[in-house]
Amino acid sequence: MSTAAAPVPEQQAARPAPAAPSSSPGRRVLRRRAGRTGQYAALLCYLVFLAFPLLWLVSTAFKSPRELGSVDPTWLPRHPTLGNFRTALDEQPLLHAALNSLLVAGAAALVSVAVAVPASYAMVRFRGAVSRAGTGWILVSQMFPLVLIIIPLFMVLKNLHLIDSRPGLVVVYVVWTLPFVLWMLQSYVRAVPVSLEEAAAIDGCGRWRTLRSVVLPLLAPGLVATLMFAFVTAWNEFFFALVLLKTPEKQTMSVILTHFTGAEGAADLGPLAAAALLATIPSLVFFALLQKRLVGGMLSGAVKG
Amino acid sequence: MLGLDRDAWFLLLPALIPVLVLSVGPLVYGMALAFTDAQSGVTRSTSFTGLDNFADLRLDSLFWDSFRIGLVWAVCVTALQLLLSLGLALLLNQNLRFRWLARTLALVPWAMPEVVVGIMWRLVYNPDAGILNNTLRHLHLTSGHTDWLSSLTLALPAVIVVGVWAGMPQTTVVLLAGLQNVPVELHEAAGIDGAGLWRRFTHVTWPAIRPVVLSITALNFIWNFNSFGLVFVLTSGGPGGKTRLPMLFAYEEAFRYGQYGYAAAMGLVMIAVIAVLLTVFLRNRLKEADQ
Repeated sequence: MSTAAAPVPEQQAARPAPAAPSSSPGRRVLRRRAGRTGQYAALLCYLVFLAFPLLWLVSTAFKSPRELGSVDPTWLPRHPTLGNFRTALDEQPLLHAALNSLLVAGAAALVSVAVAVPASYAMVRFRGAVSRAGTGWILVSQMFPLVLIIIPLFMVLKNLHLIDSRPGLVVVYVVWTLPFVLWMLQSYVRAVPVSLEEAAAIDGCGRWRTLRSVVLPLLAPGLVATLMFAFVTAWNEFFFALVLLKTPEKQTMSVILTHFTGAEGAADLGPLAAAALLATIPSLVFFALLQKRLVGGMLSGAVKG
Repeated sequence: MLGLDRDAWFLLLPALIPVLVLSVGPLVYGMALAFTDAQSGVTRSTSFTGLDNFADLRLDSLFWDSFRIGLVWAVCVTALQLLLSLGLALLLNQNLRFRWLARTLALVPWAMPEVVVGIMWRLVYNPDAGILNNTLRHLHLTSGHTDWLSSLTLALPAVIVVGVWAGMPQTTVVLLAGLQNVPVELHEAAGIDGAGLWRRFTHVTWPAIRPVVLSITALNFIWNFNSFGLVFVLTSGGPGGKTRLPMLFAYEEAFRYGQYGYAAAMGLVMIAVIAVLLTVFLRNRLKEADQ
């Protein structure tokens, strides 16, 4: 691929060239230029489509109730105000909900990763019926509609008195995030060279010692990324929280947010936007940290063999 | 390897137990429930009713309406997601300025809670204070008083747009990863041989990313068919059930009316249909690949 720093003089020289045969360099450069313009136009369309709802959310969050009632809304708030955030915090127990979300998502992510580390190691290093069944389950678990899981789970948790309880939700989230956590961790484990483990074994390390002092340190960056991903997934989750938590004091952020959109939701656009914005901050922060790992290949540079 | 199978079991156990108890177990239990008359808040014991639930389902026109809406939604969202994400991924794979901005923006929807995405688009679609109507009014395209989410004809398309917006990032990232594995030399060679952009795409890029496209499309379809939160927040299935996806229908049946057995039967039908569709889709595509 040629880069953005295309040879400028060539382009300038090409402009007056007559459009003769199709293979003439002038025609080609013109066409490439048109292509570039087209590409930028397309990119602009994407940027607009992706950004405008976000900008509108931010803009609405900073508008005064009077401005929100006006017929001709503007992109920029005429008199930016933090009033909506204050109202949102007063109206609904947002901070308490955030704490609930933090506890539930944090605990779920920690347990899920802790449980998945040995399992993913086993699935990568011991190829057998068990690991094949594990991989199969990871794929199949994506296929099942949540209703089919939630109804029996609801009945089981009810018998264990874990309905309407945060520990109950943690347990559900652990199981729910496991497939993806296992999937992600396996790719990190695969990147750890077997030769390192063999060298450790020759040096007299037992299996557990090897795991602890050789494999785990090499997995650390991957572990952090997986933890963050599991946290964001649990923080954003809605369906299980909606079904399992009934008491407002126990509800997580996602569920509390829907209380703003009641029958009279239209009257409360400002606080709604403000609360939605607040609920997004933790996920956005983690995603900003994760961005490189998600876009650039997940494994590059994780291990220097 | 130097492995003993006993060790493997030991390592797998901490993950295996919760999965068996809370995923595989309930799943089997849930499937069994589909053949019973289980209800909430009923004191008499649940009894086995064979295929009664399915017989009822067959005649339940509301369910089939919802099912049809679910299929339209899943097919449209998946197809548009693929198309738009492929375009975006191809652009991001070029050396364009502002690429970083597009990359960042393309990830944001992924990081946002479903509920927030729903709320945000409600603000956009708001008939009075929403930016969409306002823009259309300024461009003199419509009178600008469309109530997008309450219109019988527009609600489903409006919701589909949100679905596409929310699902694009993941697809784009996966496709971009696929594109980055396409060898640059092949592209250059094809260019030297005089292949234009389109030919280079169909002959070099597409064959290379095909497996990735297939798997992400299949996954997207499943995810979309089973999606719940977005539409729940946007319309709660309204107006008049025009956006009631099967998951919303089953949710209401189970947790508003307490018909556990019946809702489980719906879930089972959903799986069956997904499985059949996927088999057909993947088999046809794999056959094409063989030729």
